Amino acid sequence: MEHIVIIGNGISGVTAARHIRKNSDKKITIVSTETDYFFSRTALMYVYMGHMKFEHTQPYENWFWKKNRIHLVKGYVEKVEHAGKNLILKNGEKIAYDKLIIATGSKPNKFGWPGQDLKGVQGLYSKQDLDALEESAPNKNICKYAVIVGGGLIGIELAEMLRSRDIPVTFLVRETSFWNGVLPKGESQMLNEHIAEHHIDLRLETNLVEILADENGHVRAVTTDRGDTIECNMVGLTAGVSPNIDFLKDSGIELGRGVKVNRYLETNVSDIYAIGDCAEQHEAIGNRRPIEAVWYTGRMMGETVAQTICGNKMKYNPGHWFNSAKFLDIEYQTYGWVFSERGMKENEQHFHWRHSKELICITVAFDKETGLFLGINTFGIRMRHEIFDRWLTEKRSVEYVMKHLADANFDPEFYANYEQEITSKFNSDFGKSIASKKKSLKRIFAIG
Amino acid sequence: MSNYDKSMALTGQPPKALNTGQKLATLLGMSGLGILTLALFNINFPNKGLWLTVSLSAIFIGVFWFSQAAYASKLKGIKNDGVWFKSVSSRGLWGWMAGIALTGFYIALYFYPQYLGLVKDGENTGVIALFDPLSRLLSGNPASQWFVYGTLYTVAILAFGIKFIWKYRHNRYEKIRTVSVMFFQTAFAFLIPEIMARLNGKIPYYDLKNMWPLNYYNFERYRINGFIDSGDIGMAMLIFGILSIFLISPILTFKYGKRWYCSWVCGCGALAETAGDSFRHLSDKSKMAWKVERWVVHSVVVFVTLMTTAVIYSYLGNDTSKYWLTKSVFLSGVALILTTVFVWVMLYKREQLQKDAKYGAIGYFVIIMALIGLHFFSGDGNIFLFKSETLRKTYGFLIGSIFSGVIGTGFYPIFGNRVWCRFGCPMAAILGFQQRLFSRFRITTNGGQCISCGNCSTYCEMGIDVRAYAQKGENIVRSSCVGCGICSAVCPRGVLKLENGPQKGRINPTEVLLGNNVDLMNLVNQK
Repeated sequence: MEHIVIIGNGISGVTAARHIRKNSDKKITIVSTETDYFFSRTALMYVYMGHMKFEHTQPYENWFWKKNRIHLVKGYVEKVEHAGKNLILKNGEKIAYDKLIIATGSKPNKFGWPGQDLKGVQGLYSKQDLDALEESAPNKNICKYAVIVGGGLIGIELAEMLRSRDIPVTFLVRETSFWNGVLPKGESQMLNEHIAEHHIDLRLETNLVEILADENGHVRAVTTDRGDTIECNMVGLTAGVSPNIDFLKDSGIELGRGVKVNRYLETNVSDIYAIGDCAEQHEAIGNRRPIEAVWYTGRMMGETVAQTICGNKMKYNPGHWFNSAKFLDIEYQTYGWVFSERGMKENEQHFHWRHSKELICITVAFDKETGLFLGINTFGIRMRHEIFDRWLTEKRSVEYVMKHLADANFDPEFYANYEQEITSKFNSDFGKSIASKKKSLKRIFAIG
Repeated sequence: MSNYDKSMALTGQPPKALNTGQKLATLLGMSGLGILTLALFNINFPNKGLWLTVSLSAIFIGVFWFSQAAYASKLKGIKNDGVWFKSVSSRGLWGWMAGIALTGFYIALYFYPQYLGLVKDGENTGVIALFDPLSRLLSGNPASQWFVYGTLYTVAILAFGIKFIWKYRHNRYEKIRTVSVMFFQTAFAFLIPEIMARLNGKIPYYDLKNMWPLNYYNFERYRINGFIDSGDIGMAMLIFGILSIFLISPILTFKYGKRWYCSWVCGCGALAETAGDSFRHLSDKSKMAWKVERWVVHSVVVFVTLMTTAVIYSYLGNDTSKYWLTKSVFLSGVALILTTVFVWVMLYKREQLQKDAKYGAIGYFVIIMALIGLHFFSGDGNIFLFKSETLRKTYGFLIGSIFSGVIGTGFYPIFGNRVWCRFGCPMAAILGFQQRLFSRFRITTNGGQCISCGNCSTYCEMGIDVRAYAQKGENIVRSSCVGCGICSAVCPRGVLKLENGPQKGRINPTEVLLGNNVDLMNLVNQK
């Protein structure tokens, strides 16, 4: 029986394992050093905030693995010997494989800041990071002040976590406005306001210079390029992540920033695949980045590689881009492509609407020549994935989208609707006279 | 495991710490309960009406103030910080103490009302006497233990309803739903029956929103006589009671799912959603618990059906010339209804039933039919093997008292707030059966947006592993779902939406989620 070994028990590796099991009878082993069982990384924040216990972040009950004959090994892979098709674990154990899937995920970026390895300095990625945070910031007496470096999704989550325990937070962000490398300015501006509302000291255009230690080698303060020294007991480094592939350095597997793979998620070594955060495409697919460190793409790669391994060779060919996040109290969803002013394509034009009182806004991107709908960002309004996926496939115009926006609304029942307001703003911005249509179950569920 | 603060302090660090306002509010609310406790120990309050007002006001204002202190100064949004750190909401010391106190209260209420001060032929004493003035004001009669319970129940729903609305003030579904349960409790369960008793003394106590089998006693002889004796209004109520079961509830459940009842109207649901909200995450989500749930709750349905049939059977006659509804006619009717349902399910819906559901359905059907058959084969024998009175008493004790009261509510802080609704309520089971097989309601999963975080499953009071469906891109169509909407509220990525829509495509198991390769999705999902 063919032995499939997967390194990493995150969403990518586990998805691959589940699908291989569905489609075959192969022997499956997952090796991980992080935890005994798969958990949802994105939910770690809720454990610290007391919304959930760690066990709630585990999507499958513990009997699931044995029942599905997915063998779990807790151990750290030190070496991949592809010549003999062996893994060498740190404890000396050898595991022979027939096919290997590398799904080791990411690690937090550290850019060589002085003091970046002091006690009390950490990223927020792994279960170990969560445990470390409980050590260095269990409450506001032990952690009187915290500094977060790097304004992305993990940074704002960490800020929210610390604020839930009343720990004062300063948030150092390189950009001129929060996450404006990704978000258009109206949205980024709204988030700046929301961050301030949560009493988080957001310092824009401010970079970390040095992390200072106390006599015990614990962080004492940070200095910034604005000349400030901020006393603190904890520093969160959240300036992005990069592939967790150090153990592969001399393995003969081709590496760039990540493990180099082709569209079949194959590495340069036969029978070795890489998926998820740690995989790097030779060439980016469409508007995507060569390394996609996103939950959803990890899952898709897992679904895809399982097909290939089970004899149905399949390209990684993801559909329309989508993503989501939550910034403190504001939910964010995106479908298709909406770029920030910095990354905007030449033909891309934006329509922006923001509610006069509530923190709700949307940005719609479309082609200024053809009127083709390119994508939408929504903040504080939920949208229906299927509808936008359908409209993108059907290459609908922005006018069509405006007209039928009510069909795409996914907010809970009885919520206030803003489609009329949005459409009339669109009309006045672009001199149109679109009348928005009422929501139609027939269109939504594509019947009749 | 890390060695973070596990101090025994009752109010420790944020997020579990209480602020000053919350502490004072707790003190005020507790003082209201304190007055009731003193009355319980037969401290004789001189002006009962005044002290009752003081006590209930203190409880109400205490909860109101607590909510204000907890939520008013915070931005709107999900408020679950520290839920699993707080002793009362994580089966800590306070949780157990609350559970034991509640359980004790229920045991006294159901089995030893004399300790609460109930005096059968004479002046009440104790805490029941304290409620006499209010009871006389409403119905003209002295209070009973049930009046005390009903009043406290209503106060709890109103006060904690306000807390719930404050907590979820960003969510209109939750706000409207909560106003609805507060209204139905106050008007239908509390005021109208008392006022009806004042207007027409013969009419049996009838909470119009309660239908069989929740009010399993509704068709007992004394009630039927009561309805018939109180003229047109009584007859109207009896007919309404029958229509509720066979017409009104099936239509509403088809259109909106069982939520129209369980989380919008029902009194048990009302208490669970308001006073019980702090315990919703304590429900057991394991597959094992689901299995136990299915067997137990459906067994209760069978039990209540048999019991009610036996009770009605016992007082019907045999002589068709006296009254058309005889023992034989009645039993044939029951057999006909059950057979119709059974055949319909087995013919049209069997592919939707799990294996154990099929065996269970067949088994129970055979047993009921055999028992009914006994009547026809053995003449006027002792059908159902037990006396109807024994069945009725056993049901009342085991299900009506122990399950719905003592365990169902007393154990809120231990097993969660919907133990009764999930494992015991035959009404929920019947509505759920219909919701699963014949309804437009579902919780739609938003394509591929789920990140498996587990908030939905954790906060599902019915113990549904919502995530198990959402992470597969599959809609949630479960008979136990009461449609409280909290899974949708706590979802950080906007994945879940409660909605009514066409039955086609409502149940949509998928393996590869939206967003991936279209060819792969077609290949895998069209099997």
